[in-house]
Amino acid sequence: MNSSKMSGPVLSQSGQLVEQHWRELNGRRRTYTVLGSLALLIALSGSLWYANDANSGKFFDRLPHLFDFLQVFVPRDGMEIFRAMFDLPSPYDDGSLKYDYPDGRHYLTDSFYIPEYFYRMLETVNIAIFSTIIGALGGFCLCFLAARNMTPSRWLRWPVRRFMEVLRAFPEVVIAGFILAIFSIGPIPGIVAISVHTIGALGKLFFEVVENADMKPDEGLRAVGGNWLERLWFGMVPQVMPNFSSYILLRLEINVRASTIIGAVGGGGIGEALRLSISRGDAAKTIAMIILLLLTVIAVDQFSAWLRKKLVGEQSFQMSA
Amino acid sequence: MTLLSTPEYERLAARHEHLLTQSTWKTCRAPLLATGLIVYFMFCWWFFSIGKVLGSANYSIAGNYLADWVSYEIRPELNIDRDGAITITYSRFDPIGPNPNPDWIKSETATVTRQPVASAQPEAPSASAPAPAPAPAVPAFNFMANAPKAEAATSITTIAKAPVTETAIVKSSIDLGRSAKIVVDHQSVILTRGSETVELKLDNAAGTVTAQAPLPTWVEQRMAGGRAYAYFGFAGWAEVSADRVRIHNRFFGWANFFFDINSAFFGKSPGEILTLVTSGPRIDSSQSNLSLAWNDILYNPSWQHLDVWSKLLQTLVMAFVGTVLATLLSFPLAFIAARNITRNRVLNQFTKRLFDFLRSVDMLIWALFFTRAFGPGPLAGISAIFFTDTGTLGKLYAEALENLDDKQREGVKSVGASPLVIQRYGVVPQVLPIFASQALYFWESNTRSATIIGAVGAGGIGLKLWEAMRTNSNWENVCYMVLLILLVVFIFDAISNALRSRLIGTVRH
Repeated sequence: MNSSKMSGPVLSQSGQLVEQHWRELNGRRRTYTVLGSLALLIALSGSLWYANDANSGKFFDRLPHLFDFLQVFVPRDGMEIFRAMFDLPSPYDDGSLKYDYPDGRHYLTDSFYIPEYFYRMLETVNIAIFSTIIGALGGFCLCFLAARNMTPSRWLRWPVRRFMEVLRAFPEVVIAGFILAIFSIGPIPGIVAISVHTIGALGKLFFEVVENADMKPDEGLRAVGGNWLERLWFGMVPQVMPNFSSYILLRLEINVRASTIIGAVGGGGIGEALRLSISRGDAAKTIAMIILLLLTVIAVDQFSAWLRKKLVGEQSFQMSA
Repeated sequence: MTLLSTPEYERLAARHEHLLTQSTWKTCRAPLLATGLIVYFMFCWWFFSIGKVLGSANYSIAGNYLADWVSYEIRPELNIDRDGAITITYSRFDPIGPNPNPDWIKSETATVTRQPVASAQPEAPSASAPAPAPAPAVPAFNFMANAPKAEAATSITTIAKAPVTETAIVKSSIDLGRSAKIVVDHQSVILTRGSETVELKLDNAAGTVTAQAPLPTWVEQRMAGGRAYAYFGFAGWAEVSADRVRIHNRFFGWANFFFDINSAFFGKSPGEILTLVTSGPRIDSSQSNLSLAWNDILYNPSWQHLDVWSKLLQTLVMAFVGTVLATLLSFPLAFIAARNITRNRVLNQFTKRLFDFLRSVDMLIWALFFTRAFGPGPLAGISAIFFTDTGTLGKLYAEALENLDDKQREGVKSVGASPLVIQRYGVVPQVLPIFASQALYFWESNTRSATIIGAVGAGGIGLKLWEAMRTNSNWENVCYMVLLILLVVFIFDAISNALRSRLIGTVRH
């Protein structure tokens, strides 16, 4: 709807001036939009060309084979998925790694066992929960030192904020790899890597909540002579706790995914098993694990959404990564 | 804090009873939560067997690896011959260059009469013979043990040669850092750390190392007469056997960051390089000195600058393209998914479940899947980010559309606009800032996650980092890449923050 095409009423002199300004503004904005889109388009096509060039298989060479590869992951019959998931013996067992489902059983008593992938999934979820708690505790301790209203001193606030930024931006792979070199393979590298990242990420979100908090309870406490810790505990914490817990739950959702990925680079849990089975082409095992992972992620997301709604109501549904 | 007196408190309590007495649930909540946490921590301690892992870890390795991030080692090896001559060799991979003559090794030479052994064996596996020892002083004992049998036989046949007189090193003094020192001659090794001194007697014939006094904690000898290890903290460590002293001398900094030992510019001061580049004669006749220097830097084999930079660019490209494509696709899909815009429950539900599926199948699974499909490289990473983020952004956009203010749409509708125009002028101006800011947020966060999915094979710097870490010997390269990543992430954070605050008009920080 371009107003210049409309035949409007005849305008007064000042009205014409306003219209002229508006047209100039509009024209300038349109130029910027076109230029911006053009720049984006050039950057995008350049990047795509570069990515295709750097890849070991070229996009258009590989595209027709995409579905051949999918066929590798069709199991011999539907029941195989079920057997792989619950570690039941397979009728196709030929002694190879592809059908050795019962080998991974995790016996609790002589007859009762946890199927391997359930156990691994439990491990992954536990890594996520454990490191979310550690990260939340760390972020809680740091956030008040980074908030302008609780720490007026620039000299303390600045290093704390930069420290949290470094924790957040430090590549998780490196932390996991370094801990891996010391502790060897297991869940600890994953826990440390995710916790460190979580401290930084939650710390940032937390201090923003603290800075937006209502300062009236704090003023009241200061008026009766409360010290810093008392102001924090009675004036700040009750206000920010609902928001904090909502962010912790959001982080838990992210960490469940992160702990699967860290698992794939040697941090234990289901990620490692999944990577192995995809690279070996074990159809039934891969599908069993993907189903388990999908169910877990959905369950965690639903649980966290339900709890967040209970804690803070609808406004807790803003995303944060 | 000021406390109330009892009557005051009671008066207050009488007036506002409901504020001062809490429900049982509220009083119990905090202690219950704390107990729950402690129990859960204990469970995790057992479940992950943290205690066992912490107990069995090798912490001295951790210190060494950590030191490797910002320092490097030079490892001279002093071979002590039976007749007292010492030869100094360096490992082939040492960053010291072809003509090592460091000023931290001081040697005394003397004329010794030696029984030469025909040097049928190849030269020691060093880059070259050490400068102060011109004689073919091949340590006999050591090499007889290592040499293949045939060569040993030839040396036995030629052993009847007449003894020769020549100049050889008989005593060497090595400085490690400021306070540590090792003095080696053919009978003893004197180790100094700070004010403490330890003397070890070497018996080359019997092959034993014996201490003169009880050893301090920084010198370790596991078996009487066997090898001794001396640790000098950050400055390095040494391994002393009867016929050989191996020294690890640690220096702060990154070795050969610009020019490798094979480069023509190796070991030159910045001033010398500058004159060479600007006015010196051509080193390589086919190209100017400037381009030679630039090439030597880019293809420096121990730092691989060009490779690291291009891998970093790949990671950035992965995040950028993945996010842009995801935004472009989820934008129209969100209009289909939003209840208030597309009045078709089947289409709404279908699109929303599609978003859920894309989001819930992890980025990891997509990454592994596309790595197998396209081969390792940024295409796999792009596809993984694209698929996951189409789901997440689509869901967010659809939610934003459903929370829309309807008045603008009604206004545009009331003047008889077509459906497409209603969306363009009634909806898009409202949601575009939010959409763009969300997309920027994801771009920023994907720059980080692209590193990690790279490590599972999706290409980029993640894979390079992972390869550098696997060998446990390239921690300085890891440090270099981490610094580059941190730099890039901070720059992108700043850009995205600036753009976002212009879009939605709030300034954070």
